[in-house]
Amino acid sequence: MSKKWIAVIVALALVAGGVLAGCTQKDNTSGEITVMAAASLTDAFNEIGTKFNEQYPNIKVNFSYDSSGTLQKQIEQGATADVFVSAAMKQMNALNDKGLMDSDTIVKLLENKVVLIKTKGSSLDVKSFQDVGTDKVKMVALGNSDVPVGQYAQTIFTNLGIWDTVQAKANLGTNVRQVLDWVATGNAECGVVYATDAAIEDKVEVICEAPDGSCDPVIYPMGIVKASTQKDAAKKFTAFLQTKDAQDILTKYGFTIYTSK
Amino acid sequence: MDWSPLTLSLRAAGIATVITFFIGIFAAWKVAWMRHGAGIWDAVFTLPLVLPPTVVGFFLLVFFGKASGIGKWLAQFGIQIVFTWVGVVIASTVVAFPLMYRTARGAFEQMDTDLIDAGRTLGLSETAIFWRVVFPNCLPGIISGTVLTFARALGEFGATIMLAGNIPGKTQTLAIAVYSAVQLGHYEAAYRWVAVIVTISLLSILGMNAVNARQKQKGRG
Repeated sequence: MSKKWIAVIVALALVAGGVLAGCTQKDNTSGEITVMAAASLTDAFNEIGTKFNEQYPNIKVNFSYDSSGTLQKQIEQGATADVFVSAAMKQMNALNDKGLMDSDTIVKLLENKVVLIKTKGSSLDVKSFQDVGTDKVKMVALGNSDVPVGQYAQTIFTNLGIWDTVQAKANLGTNVRQVLDWVATGNAECGVVYATDAAIEDKVEVICEAPDGSCDPVIYPMGIVKASTQKDAAKKFTAFLQTKDAQDILTKYGFTIYTSK
Repeated sequence: MDWSPLTLSLRAAGIATVITFFIGIFAAWKVAWMRHGAGIWDAVFTLPLVLPPTVVGFFLLVFFGKASGIGKWLAQFGIQIVFTWVGVVIASTVVAFPLMYRTARGAFEQMDTDLIDAGRTLGLSETAIFWRVVFPNCLPGIISGTVLTFARALGEFGATIMLAGNIPGKTQTLAIAVYSAVQLGHYEAAYRWVAVIVTISLLSILGMNAVNARQKQKGRG
């Protein structure tokens, strides 16, 4: 009878060992993926990348941050990319329509807000988006028409009826971080960026958010690129983006987690 | 079609060429006759040619930007360099300067110094010697330098986009217009601007060769 008990104890020990091994959460999937993400995600994603590697130490993640429009063109021209996270549905839909994305992997991930900023400590007397159309502003920094934040800005100013005036004095940046830098260094008096960018740059201050209804909801979708050769690793990353660890980091930077209403 | 990139580029390159003409020749003349320290000055003056234009643009941005001493000082008088047309001219001048400087210096050093001495024995002032003896004799070299300067100033992109940004109608030059057009996927517009730039550049070089050929003929006669 004691032999039987020993067998049972050994069996239990093996099972317990197996369960515990599963609980250490280190996954040995290996691979190397390129994540192309909107420039506004730079800081949050860098942190997420580090956290991701704690759980998946054998997956190397290369981040490429730029305007979503630029990244879209790069993917269209065959650049190596596994995951694409855009700052607007427009670029993701464009790629999907061309058959370049795995449609069933496209998920709306985040929401953001568009804000008007000025250099910190500046005496610029501007209180609203409407004021940008007046003579108080000689030059405004915007993303160019390829950049989601530039597209959102155009929608807002068009809805306010002042797009022609604003366009004539717009300095066009190639991505939202360039616009942010121009305002932070004081070389541009004001500009339009995301609330999350304004939050990480202490040399700018937010004047106001986009008026309600003046702009489409700012939605960040993510998806896996069809031509990717690292789909397993890519799927681990996109799944990770929806875990609490990643979401905590994203909300820390001011993003809102998308929930369908 | 909005032709402002063309008129902007021509105007800025024209003004930059005029400025570079005088300061380039002045610097070349001084360095050609320098006994000590010519090497250092030469290195400094040639630097913008060797550095990547984005590095030159970065230095200019830091130098003239509102965060720096000069930028703040100028702002007091309401003068802003960064993201203005003045910035375009300054960026073009700085990057084209080494071309004018080196070609002029080459021309000065190859010149027969007996002519200068002859001028001195005849009692000409140094300024008169320069403009009436040296300059006409070095004309082919100086003309090539000027044409190269104009071409370089016209084609300048990296330093310009960093210092002057991209404001259509105010600081969007031909080169930046091409870059923007490609970025936005407006390939037709890009091809149009490229055709304009190539035509102007070809004409400049053909013009320079024609002038040089005529100068050589005059020299033989």
